Amino acid sequence: MLLDRYEIQEIVGGGGMGIVYRARDTNFKAIRLVAIKEMISQVTDPMVRKNIYQIFDREANILATLRHPSIPHIYNYFTVDDRAYLVLEFINGKDLDQILSETSTFIPEEQILTWGIEICDVLEYLHSTKPEPVIFRDVKPTNIMINTSNHIMLVDFGIAKLFESGQKNTMVGTQGYSPPDQYRGEATPQVDIYALGATLHHLLTLRDPRLEAPFSFNERPIAEINKNISKEFIAVVEKALQYESGDRFQNASEFKEALIAAGQKTGTLVHTAFPTASIARTSGIKPLWTFRCEDEIRGTPLYHGGNLYAGAYDNNLYSLNAANGDFNWKYPTDGGISGKPTIHDGKIYFGSEDNLLHVVSSRSGKVVWTYFTNGPVRSSPRLGQGHAFLGSDDAHLHAVNLSTGRLAWKTEASSPIRSTPYITDDRVYYGSEDGDFYCIDFRGEIKWRFRAKRSITSSPVVYKDAVYFSSLDGILYSLDANSGWVIWRFRMGKGSISTPYIVDDKIFVGSADNVIYCVNAQSSKEIWRYTTDHQVTGSPIVYKDSVYCGSVDSHLYCLEYLSGRVRWQFLTEGPITGTPVINEDIIYFGSTDKNIYALLA
Amino acid sequence: MANLFKKLFVKEVQEVQSEATTAPLSDEQINEILIESHKIEPAQFIVGCGRNVGRQRTNNEDALFAHASTIAADSKDFPFGIFIVADGMGGHNNGEVASEIAVRATGQYLMKKLYDPLFGLSPHNPDESLQEIMRAGVVEAHRMVTKHAPGGGSTLTAVLLIGTQMTVAHIGDSRAYGIYLDGRMQALTRDHSLVKRLEELGQITSEEAATHPQKSMLYRALGQGEPSDPDVFTASLPQPGYLLLCSDGLWNVVPDDQMFNIITSAPSPHRACQNLVDAANAAGGPDNIAAVLVRLSD
Repeated sequence: MLLDRYEIQEIVGGGGMGIVYRARDTNFKAIRLVAIKEMISQVTDPMVRKNIYQIFDREANILATLRHPSIPHIYNYFTVDDRAYLVLEFINGKDLDQILSETSTFIPEEQILTWGIEICDVLEYLHSTKPEPVIFRDVKPTNIMINTSNHIMLVDFGIAKLFESGQKNTMVGTQGYSPPDQYRGEATPQVDIYALGATLHHLLTLRDPRLEAPFSFNERPIAEINKNISKEFIAVVEKALQYESGDRFQNASEFKEALIAAGQKTGTLVHTAFPTASIARTSGIKPLWTFRCEDEIRGTPLYHGGNLYAGAYDNNLYSLNAANGDFNWKYPTDGGISGKPTIHDGKIYFGSEDNLLHVVSSRSGKVVWTYFTNGPVRSSPRLGQGHAFLGSDDAHLHAVNLSTGRLAWKTEASSPIRSTPYITDDRVYYGSEDGDFYCIDFRGEIKWRFRAKRSITSSPVVYKDAVYFSSLDGILYSLDANSGWVIWRFRMGKGSISTPYIVDDKIFVGSADNVIYCVNAQSSKEIWRYTTDHQVTGSPIVYKDSVYCGSVDSHLYCLEYLSGRVRWQFLTEGPITGTPVINEDIIYFGSTDKNIYALLA
Repeated sequence: MANLFKKLFVKEVQEVQSEATTAPLSDEQINEILIESHKIEPAQFIVGCGRNVGRQRTNNEDALFAHASTIAADSKDFPFGIFIVADGMGGHNNGEVASEIAVRATGQYLMKKLYDPLFGLSPHNPDESLQEIMRAGVVEAHRMVTKHAPGGGSTLTAVLLIGTQMTVAHIGDSRAYGIYLDGRMQALTRDHSLVKRLEELGQITSEEAATHPQKSMLYRALGQGEPSDPDVFTASLPQPGYLLLCSDGLWNVVPDDQMFNIITSAPSPHRACQNLVDAANAAGGPDNIAAVLVRLSD
């Protein structure tokens, strides 16, 4: 707490001069977030100290006079003991340096062009302030933030300078982005123009100028590194990077006009509106086919033998031709279908909220037999040892004989079972809505039991002697499959009903905190996380080197398996709550927008 | 020798069986089936230990702890073991004291948290996770070493064996290996030594690492500075096979393939440990030697 007003929440960054916190301004009842820059001087040299304070003071005073949508507001400036604080508008987003380090593919030209125009716009404003222009002097990716609406914000005015012509100064700025004239101590608008040119060059080529010799951009022609960029755009960037300041654009508005002209000529500026800050491919993905049901699809489809089987909340189970989405048949039940069907010996098994386990012919869609429980069936059936195992809201795990369709035995739990059982050679594992987790044998006898703090809707997965599941208590559990001892707990931001997916000792799981996690199965260490814009209730799946996962934010995400970087995302018109399935490079999934989609993976 | 292993390890037997044709069974096959019919529950393991001062030091700064038990009852039916190796460092007698305290403190903590609850009328599983308990055990050992052996430090490699899995807590450059009968000898732990780090970063080659003058310099150890952050992980046991814990006095001078041969050819884990110590001394015995070997049959 600072000044009894600002409640520090977390450290969001740190620079050469101090730490940046995210804080809440408690003067307002509504949640108002601010960024607080703290300058602690551990420097003992009084001259250096004074200099640092001066820089800080200058930033505060420059910001106080500026007003532009791409410049953060300054709210307050004060000192406590030996520390100086600057309270600024909190910008939710990433800086371009982060975006550069997270991308493995070239960023689209139109995106870079739009950012470039916005940066020119704010430089134009700064350079034209009265009575003296402000020279930013440190244009570079780390000082340019992209907020969640994909607009740029210029941050860190620590070395920005009110321009006094003819005055020589010591070199400030960042090597790699700064022009030769800045090394000579000059601070003119051409300095910012060159640095923006250098930043655009970095964005276009992904080649970091800090790692190269100074002023060597002409040794790394954009056209040779990134063949997708139009020659018009390249010409503009190269002009900004001229060695002699006189050969560059004379001011930021000239630079901006040139960028706009290049964009209009090549047509890239026609569709510049990006819906999110994501730099990944968001558009241009066309479904191979879609199929519209009469109500939401919340569950997971099944692919088998060229056909897709999916249940919907219009009470039907659909069979579609997986190649083109053509309708084969539908089978009506009297309740919504939320689980994933399973197939055995030409028969489809699935539960419905009409309390029944349905068994229908996969070819004709005609009923073979049904089995009645005393509550809605939201758990998906699993088959093993000649039996179907399924949970029901009647608080029992049922074992149904596949050849007779009759109950073999059922084991009572103290609450509904919506988790799908996992079957091994001699054990059945499942969770229940009051948080109990059970391991039973094939006679229905409980071998061990474990209790989580809240319900276990997530379905367990057994992998190498351990059983993994998540719970609404916000924990991903690893238990010894034989004894039920807790091996580790991994804490997520919120509860989870997502079923873990495990491959190569890596666990992938979603959570209501909007995150898709990748966790080491042996050590419970987080490997990466990807944050979507809403809850993740379905399960991720891994196919080749990608992770696919839907989110309640209506997107299906394709992430890099090793790093969690987004490869592409596909927007549907409703939350995606189920899990996709993939067969031979085609991904199938349902959305609550009532459609079943087939995309190229 | 190969036959002996087939007799010892039932899994091998099953594989052979599955390949059997309808031809009459050989004597060997009949013998194996007979052995399988005598298979007893629960699965068990046999432990051997060895600790030796070596040939060039006067005091022994290595310490070890081995506890093995088996519980076979209706509700619980599994082997339970705790194995620890610690290698002390520091002037005066602090190295010896540090490793001994590290072993005792960790052993006591783990026994109290994990072993005691198995007994009594209503045995219960601990509330904390196994990895949390292992971490807490290392923190406790760190606290005790800092308090009772100031200036001293120690490595610590501790393995908790329950049922078919092991949970490992590790700090420093002692090692745990999983040894499989098919010839694989895998280091389960990663050395926290500067030289190993340089090797991981590609700064030096493994040949340079082997002769590097700062070979034994650690960047993480118990009793040194901040509370140590151990590597903790859980994995399936190398079953059928062996689990080996040892100090650098062994792995530094006896190559992996030689260790493998000694271990798999000895009639018992106890004898194998004796032979491992002999091999280290035959190679000069420049450092103290500690080894714990667990044989896991299927």
